[in-house]
Amino acid sequence: MTLKQPFETVVAVHGSTVLRVCRAVLGTVDADDAWSETFLSAMRAYPDLPADANVEAWLVTIAHRKAIDVTRATSRRAIPTGELPETAITPEAGHDPDLADALARLPDRQKQAVAYHYLAGLPYGEVAAILGGSTDAARRAAADGIATLRRTYPGVATRKGEHR
Amino acid sequence: MNTNHDLPRDLARAYEATPEHLRALQARLAAAAQGEGILDVAYRTVDSPVGSLLLAATEAGLVRVAYASEDHDTVLQTLSDRISPRILYAPARLDTVARELDEYFAGQRHSFDVPLDWRLSAGFRSTVLHRLPEIGYGHTASYAAVAQLAGHPRAIRAVGTACATNPLPVVVPCHRVVRSDGGMGGYLGGVEAKRTLLSLEAAA
Repeated sequence: MTLKQPFETVVAVHGSTVLRVCRAVLGTVDADDAWSETFLSAMRAYPDLPADANVEAWLVTIAHRKAIDVTRATSRRAIPTGELPETAITPEAGHDPDLADALARLPDRQKQAVAYHYLAGLPYGEVAAILGGSTDAARRAAADGIATLRRTYPGVATRKGEHR
Repeated sequence: MNTNHDLPRDLARAYEATPEHLRALQARLAAAAQGEGILDVAYRTVDSPVGSLLLAATEAGLVRVAYASEDHDTVLQTLSDRISPRILYAPARLDTVARELDEYFAGQRHSFDVPLDWRLSAGFRSTVLHRLPEIGYGHTASYAAVAQLAGHPRAIRAVGTACATNPLPVVVPCHRVVRSDGGMGGYLGGVEAKRTLLSLEAAA
């Protein structure tokens, strides 16, 4: 199978995952800009992408760079307050503000490792390629992040019983 | 130690977007891609008396009209292979032709005046298709007459092939080409669709 799918299919298949990753890394408001920049940039380069490339890893790699750009632009604009911006934890209906809040408080690297491995489903080798550093370091960053979430996310204790 | 395996699922849920939100982002992407000149193929579908029609346009013009029987996903994959994979659902570029098709199916329009991109037909087939608009609304011509018109009177079978592979059915009226003995002949959208179009044009 060497055929390249129409880009619309790429958006349909990967759009929601890439948005989750952007929301986890940046917060809900900035995520839309990062998502748009990611897919616009991906669409520009799409004809040259090898037909057998891992599209999801490719998109997350682009999203990672775009998120950094958006973060830099936001920090240039922002007045430092020493608190988390409200926008980072603005929930939509059905969202879990506690978990989003807990993730937003993680160090960037852990947050990214958790998002790319647990939300995008990338193996740690791919996560390491995106973050730089070794596969083990990526695995540790994600494990540390998850450990902190388990400790600080208030929903975990009550949910355990419900699902078992 | 009791680990919580639902955490990844909770994470996915925490950042779930609504379908409406994703559609809005897709529309924003389509507009931005159009603005940057990288939307190589825009498409949409329209409902019609002959079923759902896929409409696709390049920057140059309408490049494909496809019946549901041709399978729209297959058609989009072919457009990706033959023109460019930079394809998005982007109805705006197809607004004019969609409106003209509505008018046509309401019996209020007898010809189409949107720009056409002929790149999906070549050679003698293309020559044949270029002549078809000369068969007026409500009229028919035989395969033999069209062969004559295209300058190759004996190429009757080739005319049939050209019609059967018309990338722009309805708009380029291959449905007006019929058999010399009065039979309708085949049609890429099915004989029933051909009958519907000819009846529509005969009634108006």
